Amino acid sequence: MGKKTSLYHKHLESGAKIVDFGGYDMPLHYGSQIEEHHQVRNDAGMFDVSHMVVVDLRGKAVRDFLRHLLANNVDRLQQSGKALYSCMLNSDGGIVDDLIVYFMDETWFRLVVNAATRDKDLAWIEKQVADFDVAIEVRDDLAMIAVQGPQARIKTHALLDGLKQKKADELAPFYAVECDGFFIARTGYTGEDGYEIMLPADQAELFWQGLLEQGVKPVGLGARDTLRLEAGMNLYGTDMDESVSPLESGLGWTVGWEPSDRHFIGRDALQVQRESSECQKFVGLILDGKGMLRNHQKVVVDGALVGEVTSGSFSPTLGKAIAFARVDAHVKTQCDIEVRGRHLSATVVKLPFVRNGKSCL
Amino acid sequence: MSDIPADLKYTKSHEWVQVLDDNVVLVGITDHAQELLGDMVYVELPAEGDSLGMGDECVVVESVKAASDMYSPATADVIAVNEVLADQPELINKDPYGEGWILRLKVSAPDELDGLLSADDYAELIASEAD
Repeated sequence: MGKKTSLYHKHLESGAKIVDFGGYDMPLHYGSQIEEHHQVRNDAGMFDVSHMVVVDLRGKAVRDFLRHLLANNVDRLQQSGKALYSCMLNSDGGIVDDLIVYFMDETWFRLVVNAATRDKDLAWIEKQVADFDVAIEVRDDLAMIAVQGPQARIKTHALLDGLKQKKADELAPFYAVECDGFFIARTGYTGEDGYEIMLPADQAELFWQGLLEQGVKPVGLGARDTLRLEAGMNLYGTDMDESVSPLESGLGWTVGWEPSDRHFIGRDALQVQRESSECQKFVGLILDGKGMLRNHQKVVVDGALVGEVTSGSFSPTLGKAIAFARVDAHVKTQCDIEVRGRHLSATVVKLPFVRNGKSCL
Repeated sequence: MSDIPADLKYTKSHEWVQVLDDNVVLVGITDHAQELLGDMVYVELPAEGDSLGMGDECVVVESVKAASDMYSPATADVIAVNEVLADQPELINKDPYGEGWILRLKVSAPDELDGLLSADDYAELIASEAD
C-alpha cells in the first residue's frame, strides 16, 4: 500500500488501473492508454499530479539562493508569475533533479520537483540553503491537477469563477497566477496548451468532478509518458540522473552560462565537459520499419556500440516507434538499434516529435 | 471479469488453444493476458514452416507497456500466421479469440495437448494469480 493523493477515490470511480509510482498509488490508465493519449492531443485530458512536490521558498535572499542552486539563471524571471525550467546539479554537474521554478515576488519563489526524488531533493536544498536566509515550506496541503489539450483552457475556464477565469484567460504561456488559494500555471508536460493547477487538497475532488462534467477525461501515467516522449520532454531517472549532465541529456539550452561570474553548483564541472569533444549528445530516434523501441536498447553504427536508448515507446500520434537516445557525438542521421539480437534501422531526428498535436518530422 | 470460452484449452502461460482437428490447432493469447498487457502496438511473428518445441518462445507481443513472449503449446510446425496483426496488432485487444488469433500449428505429438488446462482450470489459475 502506497501513499494516496486526495484524488485516489476519484481514480477508482473512473476504473483506474493503479500502480506504484514514486511511493504513491497512482493511475496507470483508465482503460486504454492510447485512447487517453489521443484525448489529450485532440481535446482535453486531466492528470492527477498531486504526488509532485511543491516547495515554497520565502525570504529576501531567495533569488540569490536560486542563482546558486539552479543551473538555469533565475535572473531571467523578472515579471511576477513567470516560470523557468531548470536542472539542479551536484558539484560534478550531475542532475539531482529537474524542476520548474515560478517567480511570484522577490520574497517568494515556488519550486515543483519530482515525487520519486522528494527526500533527496529536500535534503539537498536544505543543505545548500544553510548560508542563506530562506525559509522552506513543503506544500503537502496542495493537490495538483494538470489539464492539457487544445480544449483544455476553455473547458477549465467554465469551472472558474469570474476573477479566476479572467486571470487565467490573460495568462501567457509559461506564466502562473495565484487567486483565492488557486495557483494556476499555463505550463505542462505534454506539448499541448493547458494548465497545471495547484489548489487546496480538500477542494480537489470537487474540481476534478467539475472537469469530468465539462468532458475533460482522466488520463493516467501511461499516456503521460507517451505524450511527453512525443513532446521531447525528458523524464528524470530515465533520461537523466546524477551520473549525467544537462549537456548529455539534451538540456544544454537550460544552462545559464551568462553572466560568467554566476557560480552555480556544478558550473566548473560543466565547463570542463563543454570544452571536451568526448561529450555524448542526446537525440531523437524513429524506427524505420515495424517494431518497438525500449529503454536500454543498444545503439550501433557500423557494428560499433555508440550509445543507448534512454526512453523508447510507441508514438500513438505518429504510429511509429520513437525514442530518446544518448549517443556519441559523431552519430549523424542513421543508426541501428539492437532488438533481441537483431539490428533494426532507425533515423536520427531533432526533438520534439510532436508539438501542439502536429508532427514535427 | 475476463472472457474464458468453455470450448478452448489453455496454457499456464496464458495462451488459448482451439483444436481444429486431431493435429491442427489455432493459438492466441487470452483475454486476461491482453487485459494485463494493455494496448498492443507490435507483434513479431515466426515464419510459416518454422518448427517449434513445446514451450518454445515463438511470438513476441508488444504493448505500449511491455514486450511479452508467447510460447508454443506443443511440438509443432507453423502452418499459418495471422499476417493482419502486422498492421492491426490492436485486434488482439479487441477480439483475442477471433480476429486476434496468432498462429495455426500442425501438432506432431497430439498427446501433448492432453496436458492443457480446461476453461475451469484456467479460471482457477487466474484467480490464484490475483491473490
